[in-house]
Parts: sequence; structure tokens; C-alpha cells
Amino acid sequence: MVVFKKPHALTDAPFHYCPGCTHGIVHRLVAEVIDELGIEGKTIGIAPVGCSVMAYNYFNCDMIEAAHGRAPAVATGVKRANPDNIVFTYQGDGDLASIGMAETVHSAARNENITIIFINNAIYGMTGGQMAPTSLPGQVTQTSPYGRDVKACGYPIRVCEMLSELEGPEYLERVTVNSVPNIRKAKKAIKKAFQNQIEGKGFSLVEVISSCPTNWGMTPQAALKWIDEKMIPYYPLGVYKDRSAEKKEENA
Amino acid sequence: MSEKVLMKGNEAIAEAAIIAGCRHYFGYPITPQTEIAAYMAKKMPKIGGTFLQAESEIAAINMVYGVSSAGLRVMTSSSSPGVSLKGEGLSYLAGADLPALIVNVQRGGPGLGGIQPSQSDYFQATRGGGHGDYHMIVLAPASVQEMAELTVKGFELADTYRMTSMILADGTMGQMMEPVALDDLRVNPMPAKPWATTGTGMKRPHNIVNSLFLQPEELEKFNFERYERYARIEETEALAEEYLMDDAEIAVAAFGIAARVSKNAIDEARKMGIKVGLIRPITLWPFPKAVFRKAADHVKSMISVELSMGQMIEDVRLAAECRVPVSLCNRAGGMIPSPDQVLAAIVSAAKGGH
Repeated sequence: MVVFKKPHALTDAPFHYCPGCTHGIVHRLVAEVIDELGIEGKTIGIAPVGCSVMAYNYFNCDMIEAAHGRAPAVATGVKRANPDNIVFTYQGDGDLASIGMAETVHSAARNENITIIFINNAIYGMTGGQMAPTSLPGQVTQTSPYGRDVKACGYPIRVCEMLSELEGPEYLERVTVNSVPNIRKAKKAIKKAFQNQIEGKGFSLVEVISSCPTNWGMTPQAALKWIDEKMIPYYPLGVYKDRSAEKKEENA
Repeated sequence: MSEKVLMKGNEAIAEAAIIAGCRHYFGYPITPQTEIAAYMAKKMPKIGGTFLQAESEIAAINMVYGVSSAGLRVMTSSSSPGVSLKGEGLSYLAGADLPALIVNVQRGGPGLGGIQPSQSDYFQATRGGGHGDYHMIVLAPASVQEMAELTVKGFELADTYRMTSMILADGTMGQMMEPVALDDLRVNPMPAKPWATTGTGMKRPHNIVNSLFLQPEELEKFNFERYERYARIEETEALAEEYLMDDAEIAVAAFGIAARVSKNAIDEARKMGIKVGLIRPITLWPFPKAVFRKAADHVKSMISVELSMGQMIEDVRLAAECRVPVSLCNRAGGMIPSPDQVLAAIVSAAKGGH
């Protein structure tokens, strides 16, 4: 009897991610959700620029590689072309919250009926560990070698909080994947973000607080601990917007 | 006889795009092309299409990238500064071999420049506009009727060769009104697009739309393949109008509004007994080299008339293989050469000066 296997929505290509990186976990969660919802045949994924740039090799559904930060605009085009498709983007913090901020905010404001999986690991991984828009105050990176100085480079951006001020988005939740219970919660959020799209509810974004042991200069275990100790205090987990739930409450 | 309607050039482009089967338009306001967006905003919702005012030129071209990936006809339009912003997307469209129609109703530059007509984006358009080795098919209308006809042709060429087509118009072409016969437009069926990302339906391996190739051997192979395609296009798709060229001793080279001004000057010069003709490139890329090469056999000199500091003149010289002198007659920054200025250049060339 098979008790555990690779989701069908993942290809057989081996991941290129570093040991201890949580991209692999999130890829698997997305693929499990696609399997469970039975939507692989009509799903289109949009890969970003950054560590997950080659996500197009890992998901079995049709895939598009977008320019840096432009995935929500590309997703908008795909969804408007074929509204029956299920369209998701998979983006990191540099892609979504720095160069692609306008595309993120405006696709949310339009309540574009797409799903965004946002990996926040507080660093640019692919280019070798530069300061990200979500790097913490004092965080040492290649381009903040003395620690992020908020006087010179400003404060990290809390994406879910910021977007929650908009009228547009349907669903915003921040989760993490640094423990088994948290992984279960993350999967629930990702599934809801896809389910919302199937039901035509609109823009759903799940921010996943992730680890980057390589560029944080930590062991995988230490990196998961750092999420609890440093990341979550600045980026509290939870639901930041759930319009359908709000409406239900109002009606009740 | 087909019915003619009076339309602005910008509106003719929009209506022709709809006739060509385009149901998705993304744009951002910029003068002097805003009528295209306004037309699409009115029409698209009524025919089940999408008009979306994007948050930026960059977002608009990436929405185009998305619709094109899905295999449908799609366009965006802008004017010079906005087209610079689209440069990133143009390069990605080329790298992923995606068809799309881009309209540039040019205005004077560089920088924010002005809002008057210009042809100073010739280099940008004919050399690709973004980073990397690639071309776009560049079409240069010289009448409102051609704005419509070349829009249809642009979509068809884009689909045939899996690349972007650009309509390189100018503020005059966009704003002026002329009678147009839209009933005459013929649209060929769209070719199948088995590469499009429309969902596997669990019936085929996944399609990937992508411009990233980390192995240099592989990336080089795609570049060479693309240039083999470009070579076929240069052989078969170059277009030019020749006017009074049979016995010409002087050839005027001009496109778009500059060609219309030049025709007036040529008619005047002919009355003065000067044997002068016009070569009007309709495709700027591929450049109609053969027409210029042939002309260089019998003319004594050429004049390139441009609304720029002299950009097409480089292609004229290359196409004429430097066998005859080529002089420049130009205005820039939003100014248009007058027929008198062009006539003076022709008279000067006839006297052997250039």
C-alpha cells in the first residue's frame, strides 16, 4: 500500500534548491492542493525571477516564466484570456514586494481572480544574498554588510498588512512552514486561496514566511528557529483579510 | 464599391484590430495615441472583449505577454516615452517567441520630449527596442487606410512568424482624419498555436512559455534559429511603394508623413523637369533593401527625408551599398519638413550638391 507519494502536479525533475530551503515544501503543498482540487489540466502557473525562476520545470501544469516582478500582470492577461483557467503566481519578496510592487498592489486593487503564493525569506537568494524589501532592521546581507540601517534604507514592508487596507482583495493570509503544525496550516491557506479562485471570489494571496539557510549563513535547523525568533515577531502570522468570512459575519 | 467612413488614424487602428480578431487590449494613457484606448474602452465590453487600463506601460506589455501565452490576438499601444517602458516586455516577448501587436504613435524626444509628431524612434523600433539579439516586424503606414490595413497585416505576420509586429506611426498619422474602407479588410484564419499555455487538459505534456536558457549552447541555438526565421522574413516580407522611380535620377527615401510631404515636393520638381522619384518603405524591418539596391543602379543621388536627426538614412546608405551619395533633409523635435524644404533639397541634389 502506498502511503506517501509525489503529487501528480509535480514533475520528476529534481529541485535545484539548497539543502534546508523551504521552497521545496511550498512547491509540494501547492502541488498537493492542485491534485486534491483536480485542477491540474486547467491550471497555468507563472514563475518569477529569483530562486524559484525554474518552477516551470517542477510543476506539471502549463507554465509561463515572467519578467522580474511582472507575474501578476502576466497572470492578469492569462486569466482575462481564458477565465476558465486557474492561474497562480509563485513569487519571492524581491520580485513581489520590490520591483513588482505596482503589479502586486494593482492586481489586488482590481481583485483580479488569481492566486498568489508569496515566499518571504527576507533576502534575495538567487543573486547571492542581497537586502530585500522584507529584510529585517539590522539584518546583515551582502548589500547591508553592517546590518540594515533603517535610516538609510527604510523599513521592511509588511505586504499582507499593506494590501489589507485595499478594498479589492478577497483573501490575505500569512503562514509559515517551519514546523509540521505550521505546514498543515499553510496548506489549508493555500487550498483556500485556490478554492477562492475556483469560486470566482477574487484576489487571494498567501504569504509564506520561509527560510534561506544558505544566505542567512545558518544551519537549516537554526534558520527554522530564526523564523520563530526574528521573523514572526515582525511578520505576525494570521488572516489579514477574508472578505467572504467578513460578509458572513455581517449577515449573521 | 465599399462604404468609406471618416476616421482618425488612431481609431482606424483600433477598429482594424477588432476586425482582425483582437479581443484583448491593454494600455496606459499617453498623447498622441489616447484615442486608441478610448475606442477600445467603448467597444471591447460590447463584443465580449477586454479593455484594461493598466497601472503602467510595463504592466500593460506584461498583460499582453499573458494573453499571447494563452494563444490569443492581443495588442497594446503607446507613444515614444511609453514604448521605452515597454522595452523590457518587447525583449521578453521576443525571447519567448510570442506574437503581439504593438503600436507606437511617435512624438518628439528624447526624454519627455514633446507631443508633436516625430520619427525619432526608428532606431529603437528597427533594432528591437529592448536588450538582446532580436527584431520586430516594423510597419510604417502613410495614410489612415494603411493604419487599418497594416494593423491586420501586423497581427497576421506576428502569428505567422511568432514574433511581435510594431506599427510605427507618428502623431500626424494618429490624429488626422481620412476616409477609410474597412469593408475591404480581409483577415486570414489564425494559425494553430499548439505551444500556447491553455491548460494541459491532462492530455499532453505541459507547455512552457519561457525566455530563460542557462546553458549558453542552448541559448545560442535559439538565437541562430530566430535569425534563420528573420532571414526568411527579409527575403519574403519587405515592402515598399515606388513613385515615379522608372526614370528617376534622384531618389527620395521617406516613410509615413515624410513620404506624403515628399510626394508633393516631387510633383513640383517634376514640373521643373527634375527626374526625381520616391521610395517609401512600408516595412522598416525588414528594410526593402532590394528596391534601394536596384535604384542605386540608375540614380545619381538619394535624399532621406525624416522627422528625426537622421536614422533611416543609415539603412538607406547600407541598402544602396554606398554606391551613391545620400543626403539628409530633416526636421526634429516635433517639427515636420515642409514641401518647400524638400523641394529645395531636390533642386540642390539636381545641381549635384548634397
